[in-house]
Amino acid sequence: MTPPPIILNHLTLQHGAQTVIRDLSGRFEPGTMTALLGANGAGKTTLLRAIAGQHPIAAGNIDTGGLTPAGIAVLPQISELDRGFPITCRDVVALGQTGRTGLFRSISAPRETDAALAAAGLPGLAARPIGRLSSGQFQRVLFARMMLQDAPVLLLDEPFSAVDTATARDLIAILANWRAQGRTIVTALHDLELARELFPQTLLLAGQATAWGPTATVLTEAHRQAA
Amino acid sequence: MIHDILLAPFALGFMRRALAGCLALSVAAPPLGLFLVLRRMSLMADVLQHGVLPGIAIGATIAGLSIWAMGLGGVLAGVAVALLAGWLSRRTGGREDSQLAGVYLLALALGVTLISAQRGIDLTHLLFGNVLAVDDTALFAMAGVAAVTLPVLALIWRPLIMESLDPGFMAATGGNGGLWHLTFLALVVLCVVAGFVALGTLMSVGLMMLPAIAARHWSATLGGQTRASVFLAVLASYAGLLLSYHAELPAGPAIVLTAGGLWLGSLAFGPHHSLIRPA
Repeated sequence: MTPPPIILNHLTLQHGAQTVIRDLSGRFEPGTMTALLGANGAGKTTLLRAIAGQHPIAAGNIDTGGLTPAGIAVLPQISELDRGFPITCRDVVALGQTGRTGLFRSISAPRETDAALAAAGLPGLAARPIGRLSSGQFQRVLFARMMLQDAPVLLLDEPFSAVDTATARDLIAILANWRAQGRTIVTALHDLELARELFPQTLLLAGQATAWGPTATVLTEAHRQAA
Repeated sequence: MIHDILLAPFALGFMRRALAGCLALSVAAPPLGLFLVLRRMSLMADVLQHGVLPGIAIGATIAGLSIWAMGLGGVLAGVAVALLAGWLSRRTGGREDSQLAGVYLLALALGVTLISAQRGIDLTHLLFGNVLAVDDTALFAMAGVAAVTLPVLALIWRPLIMESLDPGFMAATGGNGGLWHLTFLALVVLCVVAGFVALGTLMSVGLMMLPAIAARHWSATLGGQTRASVFLAVLASYAGLLLSYHAELPAGPAIVLTAGGLWLGSLAFGPHHSLIRPA
């Protein structure tokens, strides 16, 4: 599982009338884990969506090396999902296969689904409606769905912002495992300490002053600029 | 005695046809209502039931009280209103509900004006329907709508769930959410027009929305809510027609009143999110 790198060429993105990312170039290499940092409104979510082909590109381009849409899995912020929808954990996770099977073919795979839920730390909750889960449990369900998506490129939007410490620790272990399998991982974060500890690469979005490279270097520069 | 109350009325041909028509509607419409509720589009049902009236009026003007002419006019007007509502909300950003309210008031007034300009067409017949006057043509039309709605809904079931739960995920897996949404709205328009035949334009979505709203109190899964909504709609059709027969009430309002009673009962005593069992 070694996907092509994702290459940004002079990428400019707009959110409404406002330019949030201007002339950004660089590469996300396979088998790397990149923290995407920046203040609210700096364009983290917009960039993730653009890579997934869900946000129009104002200028420049993104080269995903011919990956199909199903090859790029997105984990949205949980606030973007309708958690009142009457559906069980098992069904949400099973829908993860849809990218590979298409919308109409059978996706019945109870063993994989239950195994993914167990691996995400929710054994025995397969039949529970998502409306009765805590935020941490719901985030685990979305990670289980991502396991079934089995995509070589994984984009995660603030996966640790609404979860407790124990859940964050489990989810981080899953991320590390995905990285060891050679997948490309980009994670929007707001926690600098977490980025420093776990993510070897960092892309810091801050208007004109973006920085991209090894986390230690980027965060040092960021601190120097802030000082 | 029990036979006299529960079964004997349906020995009459017009009662049997009314029951058959309402059952067709009860099987097809409530699952659509369920998705309208889940997608926070309940108001759309009201908009469409009024929105089809100008089309029905124009159909009646051209061809008299023909089911096919009124039905075709209603479907075209409904699709136009659905597209207009979607376009308005995209162009103006938010405040969709107020624009929808504007659209349906305008459509209702326009429809009533068009019908009143005609001599020989009974306005109350179109506004309140007359399920006891359902003839074979109308019955086939209603059964036809159900026969189209159910397989198409089964086909778009998974995309609709994905789009409702997590639109971004739908887009990321290569699905075109807009296409499924429009297909879904077309089915809603068909069922609104079929409902018009039985319940009239002011209550045509009674069997679509009330059982769907009530179903939320009976199950925590979509499959369970679908079964509950269809069961409640069937019950409301049967009990409403009996109520209408024995109490000599107009049939359409009797059916919608029964459905409303079932909703209030579910709201108070259902096993989920009800007044006796909150959350």
